[in-house]
Amino acid sequence: MRSFTYERATDAQAAVAAVSRAGAKFISGGTNLLDLMKLDIEKPSHLVDISRLPLRDIEELPDGGLRIGAQAANSDVAADARVRTRYPVLSEALVAGASGQLRNKASTGGNLLQRTRCPYFYDTAAGCNKRDPGSGCSATGGFNRIHAVLGASDSCIATHPSDMAVAMTVLEAEIELLGADGSVRRVGIADFYRLPGDTPHIETVLRPGEMITSVLLPAPPTGRQIYRKVRDRASYEFALVSVAAVVSTDQGAVSEARVAFGGVAHKPWRSIEAETALTGRPATMATYRAAAEAAMRDAVGQGHNDFKIELAKRTLCRTLAHAAQAS
Amino acid sequence: MVSDSDTGAAGRSQGEPAQLSAIELNVNDQVRRLEVDPRTSLLDALREHLRLSGTKKGCDHGQCGACTVLINGRRVNSCLALAVMHEDDEIVTIEGLGVPDGLHPMQRAFVERDGFQCGYCTPGQICSAVGMLTEVEAGWPSHATADVASPRIALTDEEIRERMSGNICRCAAYPNIVAAIRGIAEGGPQ
Repeated sequence: MRSFTYERATDAQAAVAAVSRAGAKFISGGTNLLDLMKLDIEKPSHLVDISRLPLRDIEELPDGGLRIGAQAANSDVAADARVRTRYPVLSEALVAGASGQLRNKASTGGNLLQRTRCPYFYDTAAGCNKRDPGSGCSATGGFNRIHAVLGASDSCIATHPSDMAVAMTVLEAEIELLGADGSVRRVGIADFYRLPGDTPHIETVLRPGEMITSVLLPAPPTGRQIYRKVRDRASYEFALVSVAAVVSTDQGAVSEARVAFGGVAHKPWRSIEAETALTGRPATMATYRAAAEAAMRDAVGQGHNDFKIELAKRTLCRTLAHAAQAS
Repeated sequence: MVSDSDTGAAGRSQGEPAQLSAIELNVNDQVRRLEVDPRTSLLDALREHLRLSGTKKGCDHGQCGACTVLINGRRVNSCLALAVMHEDDEIVTIEGLGVPDGLHPMQRAFVERDGFQCGYCTPGQICSAVGMLTEVEAGWPSHATADVASPRIALTDEEIRERMSGNICRCAAYPNIVAAIRGIAEGGPQ
């Protein structure tokens, strides 16, 4: 690992000021950053420790929503009684991710900012436009079983590994950011992540020096919330495909639906196409299948991952059937 | 106060000379003073600086769980923690849980149920199991919990396996590890 200097930020404003120096990065749980630093993929020269900032609380909002502090551990969010009862899709997604040890360490903000990645990103002997812009993409034409089928580019076919962010996408969370100049802005999670295009090394719309201070959940949507994750191992594995869904039914018809996929794209993938195909239609398998076809209409396989397209469709159908049954 | 001026050699493989930081770590109810390069993981600080070699280094990337320790009562991977970030925390390692003539109940259960073969993953398994049972007591849900909104957890074998999935056993002693943990959870041999 390369040398770096370290400081512990005393307050949020001091943190954004401290990170303005060249080569500086925030560190919180460190479960992704330290891993990548050991492999010489992340190379900060200065670390600003924000893990002790008073941003760990989960608070009620006047509109019936919740404010989740960016430093709240993944395990604390998953175990929060309000999250479990009002936003079960978020709790389910969190406990489907990583391991007990990692969830105790990983923060909410850090989970959002973990790198979109693939095995070639980790392999410093391979070309990777994300790790080393301009060096090519070894995954395209390589072993690409776990890679993206939606929104990918010639430059990058990596997937975003977060389960939490997929649930937050159907919950239409907003991310609150503190800028180096003290300004505060909010970005909806749908606008927070970028597709790879020809700049896959830029993964979010964060401006230099900005820090996530909290995630705001609007009042819970009506309907049944479900997170379903399909993976190669039963536990402690990234999704091949995951689905977060919120479904309301009324007299045998889908009255409202929200759908997002994980494991299929460079970012959590909200499918407005699926939602449109569901709304107002009978709550039947034929409707779900039509929604699944609509969701994957533009999907493109890379060879080894062709199966993901059908897997995503079937996973969506199963999730919707389950949700409609219970709603 | 125990002083330790040994700076060790861990993590100084590349580049510039190390800038040492003087830190204090509270490990197993003892405040230990040490000088570390900021790159030093908590795992290396424990093993190489404080000579607490009970905590094991497996993958060094948070994948195997051999390095699991308790920080403020919570299980974490010490390989993915920087020592400098854990001043002011209470760290408990396998050495702090029990000693050969005063085993922690979980250690005794692993012995009685034969919950290991080579033993390399065992300190991490035991620290993880102790932390895990605290989580169950607090009513935390897991991926094996049918209804995450339910405040009570029935600690089935499926729950134990899911909750312990961050600890790999290369010898595959899993059935006996599960039995040892189940025994403790059920108030068994203490």
